[in-house]
Amino acid sequence: MDLKTFKIGGVHPPENKLSAGAPIEAAALPKRAFIHLGQHLGAPAKPIVQKGDKVRVGTLIGAGEGFISAAVHSSVSGTVFAIDAVVDASGYKRPAVIIDVEGDEWEPTIDRSPELKKDISLDKKAIVDRLKEAGIVGLGGATFPAHVKYMVPEGKKVDTLIINAVECEPYLTSDHRVMLERADEVLVGTRILMTALGVERAVIGIEANKPDAIEILSRKAKDHPGITVQALKVQYPQGAEKQLIKAILNREVPSGKLPLDVGCVVNNVGTTVAVYEAVQKNKPLFERIVTLTGKKLPRKANFLVRVGTPITQLIDACGGAPEGTAKFINGGPMMGKAMVNTDIPVTKGTSGVILVDEADARRNAPGACIRCAKCVAACPMGLEPYLIEKQAEYALWEDAEKEDAADCMECGCCQFTCPAARPLLDNIRLAKTTVMRIRRERSKK
Amino acid sequence: MSNTIVSLSPHAKGPLSTEKVMWGVVIALMPSFAFSAYFFGIRAIVVTLVATIACILTEFLIQKYLMKTTVTAFDGSAAITGILLAFNVPSSIPIWQMVLGSVFAIAIGKMVFGGLGRNPFNPALLGRAFMLASFPVDMTTWPIPVKTQWLWEMGKTVDGTTAATPLGFFKEGVKMNASMGDLVAQRPELYDYFNLFIGNVGGCIGEVSAFAILLGGIYLLYKKIITWHIPVFYLGGLALITGIFWWMEPAKYADPLFHLFAGGAMLGAWFMATDMVTSPMTVKGQILFAVCGGLLCGLIRLFGAFPEGCSYSILIMNAFVPLIDKYIKPTRFGKEVNYG
Repeated sequence: MDLKTFKIGGVHPPENKLSAGAPIEAAALPKRAFIHLGQHLGAPAKPIVQKGDKVRVGTLIGAGEGFISAAVHSSVSGTVFAIDAVVDASGYKRPAVIIDVEGDEWEPTIDRSPELKKDISLDKKAIVDRLKEAGIVGLGGATFPAHVKYMVPEGKKVDTLIINAVECEPYLTSDHRVMLERADEVLVGTRILMTALGVERAVIGIEANKPDAIEILSRKAKDHPGITVQALKVQYPQGAEKQLIKAILNREVPSGKLPLDVGCVVNNVGTTVAVYEAVQKNKPLFERIVTLTGKKLPRKANFLVRVGTPITQLIDACGGAPEGTAKFINGGPMMGKAMVNTDIPVTKGTSGVILVDEADARRNAPGACIRCAKCVAACPMGLEPYLIEKQAEYALWEDAEKEDAADCMECGCCQFTCPAARPLLDNIRLAKTTVMRIRRERSKK
Repeated sequence: MSNTIVSLSPHAKGPLSTEKVMWGVVIALMPSFAFSAYFFGIRAIVVTLVATIACILTEFLIQKYLMKTTVTAFDGSAAITGILLAFNVPSSIPIWQMVLGSVFAIAIGKMVFGGLGRNPFNPALLGRAFMLASFPVDMTTWPIPVKTQWLWEMGKTVDGTTAATPLGFFKEGVKMNASMGDLVAQRPELYDYFNLFIGNVGGCIGEVSAFAILLGGIYLLYKKIITWHIPVFYLGGLALITGIFWWMEPAKYADPLFHLFAGGAMLGAWFMATDMVTSPMTVKGQILFAVCGGLLCGLIRLFGAFPEGCSYSILIMNAFVPLIDKYIKPTRFGKEVNYG
């Protein structure tokens, strides 16, 4: 098999895909759902329900505000209890619609029949409108509103759609399970997105540690002209948009530009199923697959979870947090967020929850930089992490800008590889955000 | 739930630590240690241990009583300096000189700059340069390698017989206008590739056996502590410059293979030039550093005052590392592309 990969940097952390064998199962409905209005990149949605309103599964409860925003739908049926601030994965309190669950009554417009609808009847514009109405966002973790991605600006030419099925983060298996169990929907969803873009070619990029998924999709893709599967060498962060484009098409997205600028759009594989459901089944995005895993967690699982379900409930369904669990990661171990508590609800961006015990949860004590150069070799953006760290430490922001600190994508390779356990990324984040703030201020003048 | 740890990503930790890196290098030096004990006897072991203990102790005392800071003297880096310094002296070196050299290497070579990671020059090489300048006779008197040398006295030059290092012998001979052919006929064992490869020649404790050094080098590569660039390009630079002169005048110059195996080039390429602290941060910089180092080593060997130039070549290149790091940058992603 011809395995492709990106050329600069990267690391290979232990894969620990402990939950890869657990089939997708529906999680129980919560008693009370906490549905955040800002589950996506961009402006939060504006609530359009009030306390006491009755809602059904799929009822619009938040309308997208502004260009980059997404609609939010109820994931449960019941009565709106309150619209209040609830802590989300970032640790901040953000507005959410709190709904007391009563039964499970779906909007009648949603087609709940199990059969596969292969024929795409909508045209370009209608598809994009459906994605917007259904509140589809990228389910890989960045939660970028999907409809924005598919409104290709005048003058840009797109020739390839890339489906990101890399799942390069250790532990996470939600995309893997989707490919195994819902391959047909993935392929029809991909075709819908190809129609939306008006392209003839789509490439599904899968890392070689998921041979079963590569096999199933390669076989089924034969019925879908234009769709091919590309096996990739296992290397983190291959799921990063720019690295994936480099690996598959050998095109390099210029600094500060978008995939559109090199003629492609990248979409997560889980999102294709949501796209299929939105376009073919009229179902808005209100549930997703969440991996529950951890070395000592009694049962590993991949749940189909309604957005707004408190994470505690999922952990309990897996046998509860084992003794000595010290960290709860929302997302993958490389880029996920450590949660302040487990009452935080699932959002559209929750790809997994990892329970980590004390020894793994603590960082090693940082020592002096030994100039081993491993961070420079590991950086997929070709930056010099050791240098930017020092510049941040001494507040040399102009120098940090010259060293392209703003190009950092926070993948964490540098800090992962550092033998001296330097807090490289902590400092580089500081440099990056400061440089970007300085740039914004400069452009205002 | 009250004691959860909240920290920024990444939450995963890589397999290496500073201690693992440093003690990994120490392990990689063990084959050379074993071979030196075989060739130079118990004195080689004693000298190496003395230097190692002196280095660790010096760092400990400075950190504890002068700098009053966290003591990291046992992280393995001081041990490496000690072992490498001992590997760069003859086994007959007086013990007090060895101690003095070790104290200099750590105190002046490393701690005055702030300790681990901040020294511009390789401390072991700086210690060696100090010893060579201070004790030129003791530093250039070579015991004969004999495999039965297990007695303390036999390590020394008891009866006045000393060995010649291959590099020294041929350099002196050529200076006296002898041709390489005559010199090889005179002392064929000094131009014997097998002897040179195994280490059955006069020289410093740890430098003689190219074979043992290569074993250690392979271990470092396998453990991903170093990359191949510096050793390969250093030796390549040395082979290139010595090869050119050998090709032009084989009667006057030894061939490049001899230069690779003789003297300290192997030890320097695998263990001194690769010192993380004093080598460049980018692969391109490392290649430049190594090639220049190899060329310099060859030039000093061929035309310098000393028969061996390895340690000076690396020290000189150490001085260029800040410049190299300033001007040689890694290839940035998405900076030098243009898709119309």
